[in-house]
Amino acid sequence: MELVALVKHDCPTCDQLLPALTAAAQRGAPLRILSQSGERETSEQAARVGLTMIPELDVDLALSERLDPDAVPAVVLFDGGAETDRVEGLQRDRLIELFEAAGATLDAGDLPAMRPGCASVTRDPAVAAAIAARRARAEGRIRSRILRIGGLEDPVEALYDRGLTDGLPVVPPTPERVVAMLEHSARDPQDVVAVLPPYGGIATVEKVAVNAVMAGCAGPELPIVLAAVEAVGREDFALHGLLATTHPAGPVLVVSGPYVEQAGMRAEVNALGQGCRATLCTGRALQLTVRNVGGGRPGVEDRATHGSPAKVGFSFAERLDAGAPFGGLAQDRAGLAAEETGVTAFAGEAPRLVADQLARDPESLAASLAEGLEQVSSIRFRLAFDAMLVLGPEHGRVFREAGWSRAQLQLALHQASHRPAGEIVRGAGGIAEGLDPAWVTDPAFPVAKFASPDRILIAYAGGDAGLFSMVIGGWVSGEIGSAPRTARVEDWLRPGRS
Amino acid sequence: MDFIDLLDPTAERDPVGRPLAPRGGEIRRIALLDIHKPRGDVFLDELELLLQAEGIDVARTAKPTFTKPAPADLRREIAESCDAVIEALAD
Repeated sequence: MELVALVKHDCPTCDQLLPALTAAAQRGAPLRILSQSGERETSEQAARVGLTMIPELDVDLALSERLDPDAVPAVVLFDGGAETDRVEGLQRDRLIELFEAAGATLDAGDLPAMRPGCASVTRDPAVAAAIAARRARAEGRIRSRILRIGGLEDPVEALYDRGLTDGLPVVPPTPERVVAMLEHSARDPQDVVAVLPPYGGIATVEKVAVNAVMAGCAGPELPIVLAAVEAVGREDFALHGLLATTHPAGPVLVVSGPYVEQAGMRAEVNALGQGCRATLCTGRALQLTVRNVGGGRPGVEDRATHGSPAKVGFSFAERLDAGAPFGGLAQDRAGLAAEETGVTAFAGEAPRLVADQLARDPESLAASLAEGLEQVSSIRFRLAFDAMLVLGPEHGRVFREAGWSRAQLQLALHQASHRPAGEIVRGAGGIAEGLDPAWVTDPAFPVAKFASPDRILIAYAGGDAGLFSMVIGGWVSGEIGSAPRTARVEDWLRPGRS
Repeated sequence: MDFIDLLDPTAERDPVGRPLAPRGGEIRRIALLDIHKPRGDVFLDELELLLQAEGIDVARTAKPTFTKPAPADLRREIAESCDAVIEALAD
């Protein structure tokens, strides 16, 4: 049987117990006394309380981590390496019992019957985070290479200088922050989320978490970012072409379902704008992951002629409250249940307004919105580009009150966005761009804008006031380009299927 | 504090070195690769005429869509049957 005592220098209860502990050790008790404090503090404490021996140091808090006490002093009894009993704080009679069990005596003298101890250093949040990070590394849960920078370097500047940011400041991805972030997914940190172009970088849960930290995400946002990475990594999303194109599109994320609230995304006022951390950071985290893991850098692999502010990150939540005209986009497109949350990735541009202040019947409003949709890319570009329409609540109400389904509105928008071939053929109106004349046999023939009704994605978000909706133009779509893809957030919250 | 540790956000892949194909051999056959962007064919038609005038055999090839990388089969076919390739990026 042997005893181990853990103490620290700034603990009055430790001060009170230490003389009795050291005296017992010097009488031959099988006792090691270790301090959680540094060498200087431990020596000063020994002098202050008049000890005739200085406690050992618990280097790197290794023993404290293993014994994991809430409080010190902590005296632990071992039998052949296995713990059989312990006392935390000062409990005179129990300590006497422990020493007797170890075949020794504790001269309890003037010690009080009971005095609470002080929190173990391992309960300090900063220390606990460092220990958790160390443990995660030792267990192989985090494997990323360490970037060690000087203590006087500014980590924000160091990351910018190494080309690891989008140009905005990032949160330094310390092991402690990344390990805390990983607590928000039950998946193995080494699970592969996607293989990202252009260089085939493997996006593990850990790598996505590193980039989510950098983007400024709070932990509950991680499962959304993981689902987003999964969605854009699917082959038919065609991320390689999307990130390399001269077109200004990037991945637009629509988050639909109850997890929106848990993650702190806001689907009401200014839903596509600034002010909501979860909205801004989820989109940014995806783009940072694509850049850092996939390796697509602006101006190098990314050849966007203009790009757009939306390429920093573009994510928003659907407003699925009682006023919503229909169910969520992810629920409709991918068959998710209402209690599940989906992230739909769409290759799209920055949003622009389409206003209609007067329509009060669904047919009129659909025709008006269709005019806005026809402008995507060029009014003369037909069938090659999809679009997303984000209905505002005051527009959505018109369709809800009329009992229109999403499919019904898609059909109306599709029909209303046809245009006679003669108006958009090359040369019409003195404009060189347009349909190839070889395709136009009848100038009156109505040519569809979109390849089919379901190529018009409809989401619902925004504040209560404003007879507005938003149009998000797509990139080249379908089989020759990018197809929208939806992934389920819950798959990244729960442990993986083995 | 002497240092700060951060985690590498990249995939930590070292770029694979790819040596250039041998140069200096005779070029008898050139592939002209159309990526399917508007007017790329106009450019390649002109190139084809110029190359033929030089007595060079031309193979016209095309990617199915400009939005995606060229399929592996197409790349292999060009590599096996041609000495060089010219790609028309159009914009």
